[in-house]
Amino acid sequence: MHAMTFALGGLGTSAFPSEVQEHLLDLAARPTPQPHAAISGDVLLGLEGVRLSFGGVTALDNVDLAVRRGEIRAIIGPNGAGKSSLINVISGVYRPDRGHVLIGGHRYRAVPTDRLARLGVARTFQNLALFKGLSVLDNVVAGRAHTVRSTFLGQIARVGAARREEADARDRARRILAFLDLEHVAGRLAGTLPYGLQKRVELARALVAEPEILLLDEPMAGMTATEKQEMAGFVRATRDAYGTTVILIEHDIGVVMELSDRIAVLDYGRKIADGTPEEVRADQRVIDAYLGVVPENEDGAGI
Amino acid sequence: MASIATVLPASATLPRWLAPVALLAVAYLFVPFVGTSYLFEAILLPFLALSLAGVGLNLLTGYAGQVSLGSAAFMAVGAFAAYNFNLRVEGLPLVLSIVLAGFSAAAIGIVFGLPSLRLKGFYLAVSTLAAQFFVQWALTKFGWFSNNSASGVIDAPPLAIAGITFESAADRYLFALTIVTVLTFVALRLVASQTGRNFIAVRDNETAARIIGVPVLRTKLLAFAISSFIIGVAGVLWAFAYLRTVEPAGFNLDRSFQVLFIIIIGGLASIRGAFFGAALIVVFPLVLSRLGAFFLGDIFDSGVLDMSQRIVLGGLIILFLVLEPDGLVALWDRNMRRFGSVFGRR
Repeated sequence: MHAMTFALGGLGTSAFPSEVQEHLLDLAARPTPQPHAAISGDVLLGLEGVRLSFGGVTALDNVDLAVRRGEIRAIIGPNGAGKSSLINVISGVYRPDRGHVLIGGHRYRAVPTDRLARLGVARTFQNLALFKGLSVLDNVVAGRAHTVRSTFLGQIARVGAARREEADARDRARRILAFLDLEHVAGRLAGTLPYGLQKRVELARALVAEPEILLLDEPMAGMTATEKQEMAGFVRATRDAYGTTVILIEHDIGVVMELSDRIAVLDYGRKIADGTPEEVRADQRVIDAYLGVVPENEDGAGI
Repeated sequence: MASIATVLPASATLPRWLAPVALLAVAYLFVPFVGTSYLFEAILLPFLALSLAGVGLNLLTGYAGQVSLGSAAFMAVGAFAAYNFNLRVEGLPLVLSIVLAGFSAAAIGIVFGLPSLRLKGFYLAVSTLAAQFFVQWALTKFGWFSNNSASGVIDAPPLAIAGITFESAADRYLFALTIVTVLTFVALRLVASQTGRNFIAVRDNETAARIIGVPVLRTKLLAFAISSFIIGVAGVLWAFAYLRTVEPAGFNLDRSFQVLFIIIIGGLASIRGAFFGAALIVVFPLVLSRLGAFFLGDIFDSGVLDMSQRIVLGGLIILFLVLEPDGLVALWDRNMRRFGSVFGRR
């Protein structure tokens, strides 16, 4: 809650569209975030027995996952546990050896990456994947690429559908920039921004597509504590304002515990826990995976 | 409030369109009356043709990130296609021949752009060499293309539109200027459109582009098609307005590299950069030969000139790549901002 007001309070609320403003006021009035209403709802995204290996290395081993509509689901685990692989399987960058991905009621053997945006899935990348040669505004406008129906001839002539699409995309992009407090850098080249802001522009590019499912691969990596709190505030505001289902990879356990509705824990490509933050915090296998296990035969007796 | 905010910056500086419009006014209303035939024949006509080729290649290489060493091939396709359309289709207006020549070059461009769906960077550049060698071979091998002229040389038809002929050097300059202006305008509109953003998206991060719904394969082929169309028309200008007689050997690998150097020196991913680069490439040998003759006298013959040209040009390219990777256009903009001039714009 504090993160929320911190992140969004100092921006000058007039920058926000009215529905967001109302939402922010509403948030400020409540002492604690309510568990989201849709948490017991339907499964929007799922993995069924997904297995992925590179050569002899198993990145994901028989992973099942069910993400409900409107929840913020964190995926955590030690380095190399297969978290990014999981996001890459969901977004079709990797094709799993076995198993299926369920998106909005459809089962995919391999998710069609080129139709991903139209399926309502958007993502950010662990290492920045902005278009460095485009301005911040144009990066976000580019996020509407999946809706473009006009041909390049119409776009050159700036008539009909091309004109409407361009105006609509710019309008939406400006609203998202306002939502994420990026208006002041709209005209800058994306590659010239500091790291934390670039991460936020990537979030804006994903959000402008109005996804049902948002995949965030370490959105707070390399950020200061303040920036992390800001970003966490934006992620929560996104879910609350648009009902977006969020799947989030993050290393900072504190942020994860605070932000997520449920948490899945991966270790060596297997899912070892899946539950609410409290359940996961108390899970012995999670503690072992993070802190290491004391060997049972510590004294080496009998060797 | 909002309207004030939008008006203010516009009144603080002169509008963006002013500089190009002023430049065009000079080019149309002033230059034709004061220019000498040397200025047109040796400087402005090759400058216009090469600028247009640079604009075309910049769309493909600068914006869409697909390196091509086949520019001269597409120029040759344009030139020979226009020649044949004009020769073999009775009563076809010249403008239509030029448009059809552009489409021919676009078609060949798409064919030789197919490897780009699998290859990147250096490997793609090498595969576009295939276009360079294949086209030159085909035009030499099959006499039909040059109307069975014994030497393979073609003579350009007179430039005429709706009964008006463009015969003198100044007329041909106006003819080329008009075509270059129209296509440059089209290119400027294109790079500001969603398709232009798609080009840059594919160049900067192909995976991210695919994920946000950019049709990557179609975008690459479209870049090849549009780029080749413009380069093809540049080839027509080169053959019909500038040289008046051309042979396939005139469109060799050297010419391809020349166009590539133009966009590197002028500035990648900048439409204006193509004009800066072409100006340097055209004017530089003339300046060098004058300077050489002035300082060295008789020792500076054509052989020495040719060699020193290559050496100095090579040095310039290395300098630009190291010191100013964004090209002359970035240099220009910085200096313009420094002098507080209104003509410098991004």
